[in-house]
Amino acid sequence: MDAEKRKELERFALEIRIGMLEEFKARGFGHVGGSLSIADALSVLYKTQMRFDPQNPSWPERDKLVCSKGHAGPAVYATLALLGYFPYEWLKTLNQPGTLLPSHCDRNKTPGIDMTTGSLGQGTSLACGMAFGERLRGRDTRIFLIVGDGEANEGQVWEACMFAAAKKLGNLVLLMDVNGKQLDGCTQDILDTLDLGAKLEAFGFDTVRVDGNDVGALYDALERTRAGGDKPYAIVMNTIKGKGVPGVENAKSNHSMTAPKEQWETWQQELIAQLD
Amino acid sequence: MKIVYDGSMESRAFKNVLGETILQLAAEDPDVIYLDADLMSCIGTCQWSMENPTRGVNCGISEANMIGVAGGLAATGFKPIVHTFGPFASRRVFDQVFLSAGYAKNDITVIGTDPGVCAAFNGGTHMPFEDIALYRTVPTATIIDITDVNMLISVLRQCKDMPGVKYIRVGRKFAAKVFADGEQTPIGPAIPLKEGTDAVVFASGIMVHEAMQAAEQLEEDGVSTAVVNIFTIKPLDIETVKKYAKQTGVVVVAENHNRVGGLYSAVCEALARDMCARVDVVAVNDEYGEVGPQDYLQQRFGLTAEHIVETVKGLL
Repeated sequence: MDAEKRKELERFALEIRIGMLEEFKARGFGHVGGSLSIADALSVLYKTQMRFDPQNPSWPERDKLVCSKGHAGPAVYATLALLGYFPYEWLKTLNQPGTLLPSHCDRNKTPGIDMTTGSLGQGTSLACGMAFGERLRGRDTRIFLIVGDGEANEGQVWEACMFAAAKKLGNLVLLMDVNGKQLDGCTQDILDTLDLGAKLEAFGFDTVRVDGNDVGALYDALERTRAGGDKPYAIVMNTIKGKGVPGVENAKSNHSMTAPKEQWETWQQELIAQLD
Repeated sequence: MKIVYDGSMESRAFKNVLGETILQLAAEDPDVIYLDADLMSCIGTCQWSMENPTRGVNCGISEANMIGVAGGLAATGFKPIVHTFGPFASRRVFDQVFLSAGYAKNDITVIGTDPGVCAAFNGGTHMPFEDIALYRTVPTATIIDITDVNMLISVLRQCKDMPGVKYIRVGRKFAAKVFADGEQTPIGPAIPLKEGTDAVVFASGIMVHEAMQAAEQLEEDGVSTAVVNIFTIKPLDIETVKKYAKQTGVVVVAENHNRVGGLYSAVCEALARDMCARVDVVAVNDEYGEVGPQDYLQQRFGLTAEHIVETVKGLL
């Protein structure tokens, strides 16, 4: 990747982070850690991989994103707002009464959200059904599925992985966000998932491991998946929970955080200062 | 509607008709996809699915995943029809049905076979007395307890094109023939099978046959008893329930289900406001299932015509 492209993707990731802080600032709390960890992946996905039309969110030929770790909705909303799916001002309505931007992704509420998620594990099976259906429809689309490492505790994730490999869903790309933490603490202390890359390989995925906060590495890994084929793809992303905002990164517990408006404002200004 | 009930059994087993109808719908409608969790052989769809693996999808023994896959297919414009045994089609996948299908507005049809005592020799682990109760709490779900094979064909044809979550519970063996071949049974309206003035029995599933036998006995004993087949448990035909309750003042609900949360509960909820009748129930008395032949289990759990007769008389 050339320096200019890298700069563009890093800048978009930064804008996504600024956008999600706009959401948390307005509400005062939210799932900030796991939203920040996938901002780089969302930047690369929407800027270099996915085919979509913000003016026509239900365009059948679009590529689809299933954010199975549905609590990272605020990251996806910021991305969609920046891409023009809905006004940026909407970001201030996160979790407000009657909002179209709920904590967890809802395909019936938010323009651009392709699948409803939130009960962990369920997005994996839904994505498999979508990938199976897209293939039956004869479309050359891809389904991108973001799964959390804490979410990998759920048995349904592995049922879905078996299905994806058995049905040869080469149009499915699973991005495993290994940020090492879940709500109660470190994943290895709660229910150690061990080597998720080895597990996904064993389950029949074409698997690569990357620095999930490096847009260049993500780009290379995602470009490979254009080839399709008989195996589903897995990209094991080593990330930092809270990535990009030191005050969140360094917090012991950062799955969901509550902070005064001024704190969110300070964090947001730190990022805005990096824009130029 | 032409009723042909005379107490005799259907010549066709549910399992054969179910399998044949699913394949027929798949042949007619390219958007129909049938999914199963390693129980295709139980309804005769295995060979076809092996030959048509994109139309008959064996998901293996992973029901939760199967419901999610069905939801994803629905989101892609397909009309998934899912089959497994009743307990796995309800208890085991409740959250997936509730969220991945219902809440997410992914329209699917779920068929749970061998409801209640029909699970017979598979025993207590496979014997759902609570599937209706669970599905009743899924907002706007449609719940059908099948009476005979003709109704099964008619209902399946309607369900595939209906929005929302549709749950069909049906046995795999033989049932008494109630409706004329080719007769349509529109989802929703309850079906009066026999008129009467002293009491009414609201029955579903295998209890329809028991209710008809009970009504015959009751007539002999001088009790004029109506029988209404409430096969659509949700949305309940409240008007018909109220009409017969007011007309007779004595209501007995007969169902192959726990008395908690099923048709009895639905009828009581419908009648509570007006309190226009005395109501009792012939159902499983808040127990777990057990193994045995179906006729033994119907005796064991009190699901027979004799129990209906006693219960009606108890209210008079």
